[in-house]
Amino acid sequence: MLGLTVVLLTGRTLRQGQGKEYGKLSERYWKSVAKCEIDPDDLKKLGTTDGKAVKVTTSYGSVVLRAVKSLRGPHPGKVFVPYGPWASVVADSKTHGTGMPSFKGIQAVVEPASDLEEVLTLKELLLSHYGKKRGSQ
Amino acid sequence: MTVISNVTCPVCGSLCDDLEIEVEGNNITNVRNACGMGESKFLGYASHRPSNPLVRKNGELVKATMTEAVRKSAEILANASYPILYGWSNTSCEALSAGIELAEEVGGVIDNTSTVCHGPSVLSIQDVGFSTCTLGQVRHRADLVLYWGSNPWSAHPRHIERYTNFTEGRFRHSEWHRYISTLSAYRSKKRAERACKLTEEIHEAAAETSTVLEQPRRLPSSLYEKERKMIVVDVRRTRSADIADCFLQVEPNKDYEIFQALRSLLRDEELQVDSVGGVSVEVLEDLVDVLVGCEFGVLFFGVGLTMSEGKLRNIEAGISLIRDLNQYTKFMIMPMRGHYNVTGANVVSTWQTGYPFAVDMSQGYPRYNPGETSVVDILSRGESDAALIVASDPVAHFPRESVKNLVEKPLIVIDPERNATSLFADVIFPCAVAGVEAEGTAYRMDRVPLPLKQLVKPPKSCLSDQEILRRILREARRIKKKAGEAMANG
Repeated sequence: MLGLTVVLLTGRTLRQGQGKEYGKLSERYWKSVAKCEIDPDDLKKLGTTDGKAVKVTTSYGSVVLRAVKSLRGPHPGKVFVPYGPWASVVADSKTHGTGMPSFKGIQAVVEPASDLEEVLTLKELLLSHYGKKRGSQ
Repeated sequence: MTVISNVTCPVCGSLCDDLEIEVEGNNITNVRNACGMGESKFLGYASHRPSNPLVRKNGELVKATMTEAVRKSAEILANASYPILYGWSNTSCEALSAGIELAEEVGGVIDNTSTVCHGPSVLSIQDVGFSTCTLGQVRHRADLVLYWGSNPWSAHPRHIERYTNFTEGRFRHSEWHRYISTLSAYRSKKRAERACKLTEEIHEAAAETSTVLEQPRRLPSSLYEKERKMIVVDVRRTRSADIADCFLQVEPNKDYEIFQALRSLLRDEELQVDSVGGVSVEVLEDLVDVLVGCEFGVLFFGVGLTMSEGKLRNIEAGISLIRDLNQYTKFMIMPMRGHYNVTGANVVSTWQTGYPFAVDMSQGYPRYNPGETSVVDILSRGESDAALIVASDPVAHFPRESVKNLVEKPLIVIDPERNATSLFADVIFPCAVAGVEAEGTAYRMDRVPLPLKQLVKPPKSCLSDQEILRRILREARRIKKKAGEAMANG
């Protein structure tokens, strides 16, 4: 199955806001942000369904997220990931002289995750991207 | 049980100050008037806070005394040649004031979270200025509200209820009742659609056509009739769009073009295209009519503009449109600030250094050049050699390239909560939560300062971040003085 080329948007959701206030290390937080809202038609094109793992890849990295059928479609060709460590690892760090990286409107490819790839917890994600030295405690 | 009223909510830039908090003993038992985020904060604050300061020894974080942690932090900062001091938007103005003194003492870069939020907006405002007002004026006078690249229903949940279309102003009435009618109509539509989908044939036909974006051909007539109107412009439908009179879905990274097209139409120029940024020219013409026809309009813009291609130029185009509109009617523009005191961080930084964010003190005087002295760029270039993070979580919210360099260097965290950044810290200070356990001042998104109250007492081991910073500053001064004396004595 070939991936689908999409535009990646990141942003705030109410659940993400509640989760961060409840505690960044809580399961409630990471479950609210480790997800990717996809247009229902795009989900069909990908041959996957709501709740399954998908891999989002940009020029800056890739991350596995839980696919969620978007309730506010249609927005074909656009996927939404709430702000958080999962979205940040695929964001563009170039600021074009403004200090602001690009978190929205990033070219990305979405594909169903393989059987070996699963959505990581916060600590697993940080460990896999930034190493063991300081991340494990 | 004690009920504390008129409490300021330390969560988002709306800074609602009408909360009522029930306190029994030293515990918060109930929260009234808050949104979901506010309630989560007051009922779950500091639920993951360590009981003591922690210092990393042999790769492990171990408990330490306050004196030990202060000394270790001061040593890290005083010995660093280019430390960064970052965060500041989720705490009080008083804490930032102490932080700026510390940055000056250790010759570091002090930057706040507006650098990854509305930093480009600040740059644009410095370039072209802007006409703005307080939220009180919006509440009482605005008859047209635009949310552009912003989803207040999710990010500032009480903004619409307190300041715009759902509030009862002195000269404008609430549209709450109309929203209820719209909502029931929307539900009926959804039910009808579900019923249609029961027929396979119709379902298939719908699937074939649903990839085409539904754009209005003309703007709805309610925009010319109602007393308070709301328009949402965004790249995808949001909860805020559901309650608006009109939702315009634009293509990502095309906001600049749309603003400039609106400016051209406002000057009666003809556009030689059918659509701009996914919106037909007819709709844009209608939109210009609505903008010009209002009595008091306000454009609230979110990070949808600052984080997309064009960044500060998008805001510049938006501000220019508002400036043009003011030749015909009264129109204001305001950024939807995210963290509750990110505006305060800009204000205090400007008072003390002359610049609102990304201030480099390494030369002994404040230097400001976003793109060079902004934290994301410094980290991407791998130039800093230590970091102090206060009330923020850059490991969770900075791009990977920047985080890599942040976690490799000595890292000090002052925060009431454990977060992704504190997992990589060398020193962690658990502190009192500003606005819950400590007093202070915060600035609302319209630059109105409001007091933060102390509702309960913090644990004895938790000082306010302001006090911790003052102690680190004293210790850093002592270390630097000693080093200076040693150098003078040869």
